[in-house]
Amino acid sequence: MDISLLNVIKLLLALLAIIVLLVLNSVVMVWLERKAAGFVQRRPGPYVVGPHGLLQTVADSVKLLAKQIVLPGSSDRLLFLSAPVLAMFPMFLIFLVIPYGPWLTGLEVNLGLLLILAFTGLETLAVIAGGWASNNKYSLIGAARCVSQSVAYEIPLILALLALAFMCGSLDLTVITEAQSGWVWRWNIFRQPLAFFIFVITCFGETNRAPFDLPEGESELTGGYHTEYSGMGFALFFMAEYTSMMLVSFLAAVLFFGGSNGPFINGFWWTFLKMGLFMTFMIWVRWTFPRVRFDQLLNINWKWLLPLGLLNLWVTAVVLKLF
Amino acid sequence: MSNLFVNPFHFSTISENPADMLGDFYSLNFEKGRVDPDSMILNLGPQHPSTHGVLRILAELHGEYVLRAEPVLGYLHRMHDFMGQVKTPYQFLPNTGRVDYLHPVAWNWAYCGALERLAGLEVPERAEYLRIICCELNRIASHVMWWGAFVMDLGGFTPILYAFEEREKINDLLQIVTGSRLTMNSMRFGGMGADLDDRFLQKAADFIPYMRERLKMYDRLVTGNVIFRRRLEGVGPLDEEICRRYGATGPVLRGAGVAYDVRRAEPYGLYDRFDFEIPVAESPDCLGRYLVRLREIEESLKIVEQALARIPAGPYKHPKAPKVSWKPPAGEAYFAVEGGRGKIGIHVVSDGGKSNYRLKLRAPGFSNLSLFAEAARGTLLADALAILGSLDLVIPEVDR
Repeated sequence: MDISLLNVIKLLLALLAIIVLLVLNSVVMVWLERKAAGFVQRRPGPYVVGPHGLLQTVADSVKLLAKQIVLPGSSDRLLFLSAPVLAMFPMFLIFLVIPYGPWLTGLEVNLGLLLILAFTGLETLAVIAGGWASNNKYSLIGAARCVSQSVAYEIPLILALLALAFMCGSLDLTVITEAQSGWVWRWNIFRQPLAFFIFVITCFGETNRAPFDLPEGESELTGGYHTEYSGMGFALFFMAEYTSMMLVSFLAAVLFFGGSNGPFINGFWWTFLKMGLFMTFMIWVRWTFPRVRFDQLLNINWKWLLPLGLLNLWVTAVVLKLF
Repeated sequence: MSNLFVNPFHFSTISENPADMLGDFYSLNFEKGRVDPDSMILNLGPQHPSTHGVLRILAELHGEYVLRAEPVLGYLHRMHDFMGQVKTPYQFLPNTGRVDYLHPVAWNWAYCGALERLAGLEVPERAEYLRIICCELNRIASHVMWWGAFVMDLGGFTPILYAFEEREKINDLLQIVTGSRLTMNSMRFGGMGADLDDRFLQKAADFIPYMRERLKMYDRLVTGNVIFRRRLEGVGPLDEEICRRYGATGPVLRGAGVAYDVRRAEPYGLYDRFDFEIPVAESPDCLGRYLVRLREIEESLKIVEQALARIPAGPYKHPKAPKVSWKPPAGEAYFAVEGGRGKIGIHVVSDGGKSNYRLKLRAPGFSNLSLFAEAARGTLLADALAILGSLDLVIPEVDR
C-alpha cells in the first residue's frame, strides 16, 4: 500500500464513517433489541418517546451522558476509567477491513481475517481490566469467566475460519467474498455448513450474548464485569457489546452469506441487509434461551466444537488436495 | 434539567475508609468458619436479582464452586406472630395475606381454620367450595409465577412475562371474590367475605381450558429446551432424608418422592370430596421439583373444575358467624393447610381475651430454606442459585 495524500484522506474518511456507523448502530440496535424483546414477550416495548419509541435511545444516551461516574472504593482509577475506552477503541480498526461492497472498503489489506481475529481479542482485555479494577467480587468473577470463555471460543472460531481461508486460498476478505459470487449455492454457508455451525455458536461466545452471557451472568453476578460502571463507562461497554455484535454479523455476512453478492443486483446493501438479519437472529436467540452453566459452556467448546473444527479443517484440506 | 450539566469529569468515590470494608456481624462470623484459606467470600443479597426479595446469602467460593453457603435472614422481619398476639382476630386477619404475597388465600384459610377449630364454628358448604376455588386458583398463580421466576434465575427472561399473563387472568378472577389482587383477605371466621357471581363462573370456565393450553406451551418453550434440561437434571438432589431433617414440605418434599400433601394427609375443608392426584417427582433434582409444580397446576385445575361444577347454593357466610368484636373462647387449636410452598400451620392459644394469647405461624418457606446451606455445599455458583430458585422462596414468609 502506498502512502499518498489521497490514501490518507480516504482512511480518515473511512474512520469517520465507521464512527458514525458504530454510534448509529448502537442507537438503532438498542431500540431494535427492546422492540424485539417486546415482540417476543408480547408487550409493546418502548412507546412513549418519539414515534414507536424511536427516540428512546436518544433520551437514554442523554441520561447516560449526564450521569455521574461513580468510582468504587479503592479501585484502580486509571484501569477503571480506561477499560470502557479500551473495549470500544479497537473496534474502529476492525471495521476498516470489512468489504461492505465491491468498492466499499476502508482499507484493503490481504490479511484482513487475521487482523480481525487479532483485534477481537482486545475486547477481552478490556473486560478483564474493568473487572479487575472495579474492586468488586462479582466483577472479578465475571472477568475471570470472560478470560476462560474467550480462550475457549477463539480456537474453534479460528479453526472454522481457517477452513474458509484454505478453501479460498486467501486471508483477504475481498477474495473470500468474490469466491462466493454467482448464485446462492456458491455461498460458504452451503459449501462449509459445519464451519458455519461452529461460527454461529462461537459468535454468541465471542460477543458475550445470551445464552453465553456468562461474564455478565445477571442472575448470578448481578452485572458481572460492568457491575460497578455507571454513566458513560457503562454506555461504552454497552456500545462495545452491540459493536461486537455488528462485527460478527458483518463477518457472517461476508464470510458465509456471500457479502455483497446477492441473488440479483450485487451491492453493499446486501451486506447490510444480511448483517441486520443476523443481528436480529442474535436478538431472537437472546430472548428465547436460558443461560448455559459455565462448565457446560467450556464442555461445548473443548469437547465438541474444537474436535469438530479440527475435523472440518482436515476434511477441507483433504478435499482440496484431492480435487 | 440542571443535572444534565453536571460536570462529567467529576468523579466521586463511595468510600475510601477501609473500616467500611470489614463487613458486618454476619460476614465476620461467616469468615471465622473458612474451610479454605484461599477461598473468596461472596455476599449475595439482600439486593440480588436471584434472591427474589431481601434474602441474603453468604457464600464461600473456590473458583466457581460453593464450599459453604449460609442464608442470612431478618431483612423483612415484621413480627407477624407477635402482631397476632396484640391485635384482635379480625384485626390480624389482613396480616395473613401479607405473610406470603403469592399464596395469601392459603394463609387466610389457615388462620380462619385455626380459629374456627378453636371456637367450633361451622362453615357453610358454599363457603367451603368458595375457599377451595380461591385457594386453588391462587395456587396456580403462585406456581406460574414461580415458573417464570425460576426460568429467569436460569437466565431466560421471557417466560416470566408469559407467566404474568396467566397471573393477570387469575387476579381478574380472584378480584371478583376477594376484592383485591395481591394481599387477598377474603375469608371471614365462619365463611367468606363475599360471594361469587355469574361473571366469575363464566370467566373461570374460560380460564381452565386456556390454562391447559398454556401449560402445553410451557412444555414446548421451556421444559423441552435442551439448555434448560441440562441446567436442571441431576442438580441439587434433595432426598427424603434431608427433607425430613429440615422439615421441608410441599413441592420440595414431593420432589423428593414423598407423596405428602396436607390436602390428602390431614384433609381440611372439603378436599376429601375431590378427585385429584398428588404428583411426585421421578428424580429428586431440580427438574423433579420443576415438573412437580407444573403437574400441580394441572391438578389444581382439576379441583377448580370439579368445584365449579358442584358448588351448591346457600349462604356464603354462616348466619351466626362472629362479629368484629368477637372474643374467641379459651383453648388452643392447630390448623394446617397446603400452601403453594408447603405446609402452612397455625397454632393459636386463646385465654378468652380480646386477642390471642399465643400465635405461632409455621411457614413452609423457612424450613425449605434451611436445607439450602447443606444442599448448596460443593455445587457451582450457578447450580446453587438454581437450587435456591427451585425451593420457591417468598421472603416475607421466611422472615414473617
